[in-house]
Amino acid sequence: MSEYDGYEPVIGLEIHAQLQTESKIFCGCKNAYGEPPNTLTCPVCLGLPGALPVLNKQAVEKAIKMILAVGGKVRNRSVFARKNYFYPDLPKGYQISQFDKPIGEGGVINFQLEDGTKKSCRLTRIHIEEDAGKSLHPEKGEGITRVDLNRCGTPLIEIVSEPEMRSPEEAYAYFVKVKQILQYTKVSTGDMEKGHLRCDANISVRPVGQEEFGTRTEIKNMNSFKGVERAIKFEIQRQVKLLKSGGSVTQATLLWDESRQVAEAMRSKEEAHDYRYFPEPDLVNLVVKDDWIENVKENMPELPDKKAERFVKDYQIRPYDAMVLTDTVSLADYYDEVMQSAKDGRIAANWVQSELLGVLKDSGDDISTFRVRPNMIADIVNKIESKEISGKMAKTVFAEMVETGKGADAIIKEKGLVQISDEKQLLAIIDTIISANSGNVDKYKSGKTNLLGFFVGQVMKETKGQANPKVVNRLLKQKLDG
Amino acid sequence: MPEYKELTAKQMADGVKAGKLSAVELTKEAIKLAKTEGKALNAFITICEEKALKQAAAIDALVKKGTSSPSKPLAGVPVAIKDNISYTGYATTCASHILDGYIPPYDATCVKNLIDAGAIIIGKTNMDEFAMGSSNENSFYGPVKNPVNHELVPGGSSGGSTAVVAQRIVPIAFGSETGGSVRQPAALCGVFGLKPTYGGISRYGLVAFASSTDQIGPLARTAEDIALAYQVAAGRDENDSTSVAFDHPVYSEKLTTDKKFKIGIPKEYFAEGLDDEVKQVVEEAIKLLEKAGHTFKEISLPMTERAIAVYYIITSAEASSNLARYDGVKYGLREAGDQDLMTMYSTTRASGFGAEVKRRIMLGTYVLSAGYYDAYYRKASQVRELIRLDFEKAFNEVDLIISPTSPTPAFKLGEKIDDPLTMYLSDIYTASASLAGNPGISVPFGKTKDGLPIGVQFLAPWFAELSLFQISNILQKSAS
Repeated sequence: MSEYDGYEPVIGLEIHAQLQTESKIFCGCKNAYGEPPNTLTCPVCLGLPGALPVLNKQAVEKAIKMILAVGGKVRNRSVFARKNYFYPDLPKGYQISQFDKPIGEGGVINFQLEDGTKKSCRLTRIHIEEDAGKSLHPEKGEGITRVDLNRCGTPLIEIVSEPEMRSPEEAYAYFVKVKQILQYTKVSTGDMEKGHLRCDANISVRPVGQEEFGTRTEIKNMNSFKGVERAIKFEIQRQVKLLKSGGSVTQATLLWDESRQVAEAMRSKEEAHDYRYFPEPDLVNLVVKDDWIENVKENMPELPDKKAERFVKDYQIRPYDAMVLTDTVSLADYYDEVMQSAKDGRIAANWVQSELLGVLKDSGDDISTFRVRPNMIADIVNKIESKEISGKMAKTVFAEMVETGKGADAIIKEKGLVQISDEKQLLAIIDTIISANSGNVDKYKSGKTNLLGFFVGQVMKETKGQANPKVVNRLLKQKLDG
Repeated sequence: MPEYKELTAKQMADGVKAGKLSAVELTKEAIKLAKTEGKALNAFITICEEKALKQAAAIDALVKKGTSSPSKPLAGVPVAIKDNISYTGYATTCASHILDGYIPPYDATCVKNLIDAGAIIIGKTNMDEFAMGSSNENSFYGPVKNPVNHELVPGGSSGGSTAVVAQRIVPIAFGSETGGSVRQPAALCGVFGLKPTYGGISRYGLVAFASSTDQIGPLARTAEDIALAYQVAAGRDENDSTSVAFDHPVYSEKLTTDKKFKIGIPKEYFAEGLDDEVKQVVEEAIKLLEKAGHTFKEISLPMTERAIAVYYIITSAEASSNLARYDGVKYGLREAGDQDLMTMYSTTRASGFGAEVKRRIMLGTYVLSAGYYDAYYRKASQVRELIRLDFEKAFNEVDLIISPTSPTPAFKLGEKIDDPLTMYLSDIYTASASLAGNPGISVPFGKTKDGLPIGVQFLAPWFAELSLFQISNILQKSAS
């Protein structure tokens, strides 16, 4: 706790995730990103006089899925409510959301810090709401603000945590874990750059040991995972400094400025909202029957924690590797597929994590469409395991695979890359080398045992690198020491 | 052509389908009347001449080809719709300055149903701004006059739709109700006016005032026509989550019945504030029906005295939210567009809304505000549930409830406009059923000694519109 001068941070997150649905939440318009402004609109999402919302069942199903994935409770009868405020990108003058009877309550997110510490944070609620449009403000000074209503009516869930996180690092790990679950369940793409995932943080600090919470502030406008961590850290430090100097924290909403790395208070006029929530009379209560919930449960995909457990158990890999390999569904699926034919889980895990991910990171290719398919990696892994090729050769084979998309066998054949482990064959070569280097043999025998490397090198040279170095080492030692 | 004004909608449609009447001729006559007599009443905001004549010609062509089927029950019948119902290509003003220049790009479901049924929409009628009012004096386009006496109000808020039916410019018109806006003007102008069960007619395309009680409702001169109009407009609509799938009977075939109704007389509806002549007329109706074999029973709706307060809290709350979209950003009026956003908002709304609308937005905003919500909105919602239970209990004992529609006959233009609380009492007998979602009808019956029409109201259980049409038919027949 010394990190914050005797103060302990208290953090809660509100995460908004756009749901991956075909159409918008209350109309038939396509739910898509990047189309020309105001082309994905209709009387309903434009809020034209007389238009009415009709709830999209797929959006409800996605919300149920997320609630179940985090162990929350799905309310059988939830109620939509209007959140009233004026803004040009909110065409009805209210947002349809849920207030005192949200669809989801409770649940917990288990996550791990970088040092391996396991933590968890309970959820207060998950509710369904619609997104607003986008105001496109001009760059500095002149010009007019334009409004794009394509995003209006995009289905969202808001995932609200309890104030149970105690450091920016925890908040970061929690947020990443929420994203991971959203992606595993296909509830959301979790793409922050496209605004599919957004996060607001509530932050307060209190002297270590004090039970009562301090006055909190809310920070908005963070647009990356690390940005969330940085913004929270900034705000904790600001509050601590303020308190240390005898000041007090005032409740406020702050906007994070990523380029300047500061959070600044919004004008009080912009935040002085009384949202005047009341039940949305244009929609009937949302009734979710138990058999629907059961059905979603039955179709729940394997979640990251379960998958990692299975990897450890079935493929005999370390928990840390399992965590890395289950980071995304596509990576986990890839590894799973490698293991359909690979015989050694650990070698496979190493290869996927270091070689494959290294190449993908450089090239920016998508793992699920990358030309080196899981069975091809499995071939390499099996050839290493059976000592057909050395680790070094394997790297050559892989590099060629990345380059040409050819299979391991073809590359090995083309390049003559088969490893020589046959003792007879190697002994013959060793004998030739020993007799051709009698001077060095004498030096070795007189104690210069580091000359072993020289002999190994000679054998490798003679075999164009194909000799199995382990076997060569052993045989040479036998010869020279014997 | 027989005398246009004497024809009912049913007679017109039958005549058109039989090739004896021309839809185009009927439409031309309706438009001519709209431009003359309608204008004198200030009943229309827009006349939809071009589209109406095209639709009429298409109907005539269908008949000529011999393909007009009985599935077009309103073939060639000129109708008018209130100017808060969305009709593609024609301004939908809600009689408000704030919707200046707004032309909807889509049809209300009710409009679609009407056009599918062969009806010809000839115009959009004047109303109280955003349907808020009981006298039709709250219109940006000026008040509508009562056809019976141009010094008097027609009632509201569907004053225009009611006046054009009473004046016989069209046989059927559609208004909308939030707490009496069809039934009350129907009573004041002497026509039939139906407030359907909540969810009976789709609200898609009806500009919202108070979503939880808004209902489109028809006006007509006969029980048969009003049944026909409801039949065409009603039904479950996928675009309105609150519309109800109900298996509607063919009302016109079941209008005549030997059934003897058990009718409740709510004592609270005959208490202080009821005009003596109105009371006498309703009592005459009771006597007449008693003679015909129907039985009456005094009942109690104890929550009645709370209804107006509950009604104004709930509907104003919803209105304050529903009317937030008129902000000068997207369509309609924009004032101070070169100023900052807050100035543009407040200038536009200050200039675009009339006094009554502003009053209700402020009231509604207040009752939903932090610190007041529990005392007002929540409490009103709880009492609303008690009002609903009052009706549920009553309808365990009786088939129908009878009462006056309005406590007074038509009053003078300007008489109550400066006294909103007195004006609000115009809805005292209608607001409860709106809050409870029950259907109600105002049947023209009797007159004051000055010759002013009086309406008798019947209320029924949810989706018992058939009983309302039957009792209307009985009363209409026994009166004539």
